[in-house]
Amino acid sequence: MDKRALESLKDVGIKGNEKERAGSYFLSNRSVLMSRINRSFKDKLEVMDIKDALKKHSWLRDYYWKIVDKDQDEYTKAAYEKEDGGYFIRVFEGEKVDLPLQSCMLVSADEFSQKVHNVIIAERGSEANIISGCLAHPGVGKAEHIGISEFYIKDNAKLNFTMTHRWNESTVVRPRSSALIGDSGKFVSNYICLNPVKSLQMYPKALCNGKGSAAVLNSLVFGDGGSCFDIGSRVLLNGHGSRGEVVSRTIAKGKSTVIARGMLEGNAKSKAHLECSGLLLSRNAKIHAVPELFANTPEADLSHEAAVGKIAEKEIIYLMSRGVSKEEAASIITRGFMDVTIFGLPEKLRRSVQDVMDKAIKGF
Amino acid sequence: MAEEILRIKSLYVRAGKKEIIKGLDLNIGIGKPYILLGPNGAGKSTLLMAVAGIISGSAARGKILYFGKDISTKAADQRARLGISSGFQMPPEIKGVKLKDMIKICTGKSQSEELSADELKLAERFKLTEFLERDINVDFSGGEKKRAELMQVLLMRPKLLLIDEPDSGVDIESLKFIGTEIADYIKKNNASALIITHQGSILEYLKAEKAFVLLNGRIECSGRPEEIITHISKKGYEGCEDCKSPMKNG
Ligand SMILES: Nc1ncnc2c1ncn2[C@@H]1O[C@H](COP(=O)(O)OP(=O)(O)O)[C@@H](O)[C@H]1O
Ligand SMILES: [Mg+2]
Repeated sequence: MDKRALESLKDVGIKGNEKERAGSYFLSNRSVLMSRINRSFKDKLEVMDIKDALKKHSWLRDYYWKIVDKDQDEYTKAAYEKEDGGYFIRVFEGEKVDLPLQSCMLVSADEFSQKVHNVIIAERGSEANIISGCLAHPGVGKAEHIGISEFYIKDNAKLNFTMTHRWNESTVVRPRSSALIGDSGKFVSNYICLNPVKSLQMYPKALCNGKGSAAVLNSLVFGDGGSCFDIGSRVLLNGHGSRGEVVSRTIAKGKSTVIARGMLEGNAKSKAHLECSGLLLSRNAKIHAVPELFANTPEADLSHEAAVGKIAEKEIIYLMSRGVSKEEAASIITRGFMDVTIFGLPEKLRRSVQDVMDKAIKGF
Repeated sequence: MAEEILRIKSLYVRAGKKEIIKGLDLNIGIGKPYILLGPNGAGKSTLLMAVAGIISGSAARGKILYFGKDISTKAADQRARLGISSGFQMPPEIKGVKLKDMIKICTGKSQSEELSADELKLAERFKLTEFLERDINVDFSGGEKKRAELMQVLLMRPKLLLIDEPDSGVDIESLKFIGTEIADYIKKNNASALIITHQGSILEYLKAEKAFVLLNGRIECSGRPEEIITHISKKGYEGCEDCKSPMKNG
């Protein structure tokens, strides 16, 4: 990997120093650059390329293309036809992995359409954090990234998945993910994209099928330039006592358009909340917030709040009355709006995500 | 050097479309607290906001002299840096901006700096330690907001404190704490204050130099705080209208 690529890895939270990671998987276009496990975690988990995993574990077929439908759209079809790689991560039963795992998908060739497929399994009672960075090489022009991800969070397992994207104004990105959560399992997914993109569309879903299962889906998106984002999160509350939380914070600047969706579907006794806030920082930007609630039983308790607009004048003047200029006030409020503490990350992870965020929003 | 820290001459202020302050004059001396009385909706908060620069431009016309210099064209942040600091009656909630961050703003620190031992001690004294990591004013109770506002005001080391109803809706203990904090600060720093109050309950802990009554967009009366409050509690503000006391506009 060249210097510029290595440098941009930092922007998505990926570390070269393996001591700080329990395991790593790097894919550049279709070449696996690295697939390794930190020695002290050898008997806690496995990390390998999906193709190797399918050869090694025949049972993996029961998880592969099972919760993402290969016929869903042209992108899933294209990925099904030809996969360039992807990772398989499995955290063994009862293992608590305290260092984050990391995965990195790099698109480094012009006109390349990268199609990856990831399967992540958190076995019963396990706990793990995954940092995932997907990015285009800073020198790359037109390119495409299609990412299929299937997450399985078994009974009593906890998985925290924090994904950062860094594309450019010529990349088309189509992630397609689903998570299946077992009894008392918990899935936390954090998504961050603070750089421009040509077009990014995704609507991942969490299937809270287990009794007392929970899904927390957070996203921070900053649209600038001519970026088009159509992103959202869905939680299907199928298990008795399941819970869901969706928080979406979006900023639209320049001539960007952000469609921020959110959907809660209550099919059992359940409780879930959806929060969707958007900040418009320019006259030519657009935000379209689409929060949806479907209660299919009276036992489902669903709520949402959505707010879109510019920075409130009252908030600016409040900070100004404490002695900061109008510009500084706007910058502090904007940073606050993108505050990563909403992710509820473990400390080590929080610091690393905060670094990514600080770097990206410098100069707001 | 001017005798007064603040001299307001013929001030007109609009809130929304309505003219609320209509040709008001008011003077405040150096190193002393003053109280501002007036019925609900009289424009007390509006007046404080005009002095702080929170309302400015075409919405506030007239002269506002601070240490003899007209500050009426200065923005709120410039006035704050000159030593005018105001506590809000209804401070806004700001997501992601924590009380800790507000402290850094008030003391002119960069956001990456840590709070000093003194600042942490102050937060402790204001019973706000648990709130440092919380988004400012989000789910704060009325009393907590009042303490947070006053703490921020004091952290700015102002020469003129503008405080909006510090004694409304707080229990006796909080009232005592707030009153004493303001009084101590003023004494130690030779600062002045303009404090809006309804019943004047704060006067138990703080000896005000003078009380002003805001009515019909002007200071209709001023004088000894105890006397005026007693008069108002007996006759109401209608009593002020009829009052032909020599203190009027004093
Ligand atoms: N932004 C605004 N738009 C319209 N009217 C306002 C606005 N702010 C205050 N007012 C009105 O101005 C008057 C004075 O308000 P205020 O200064 O808050 O009174 P006080 O503090 O004396 O109770 C009230 O009638 C209030 O309703
Ligand atoms: Mg008021």
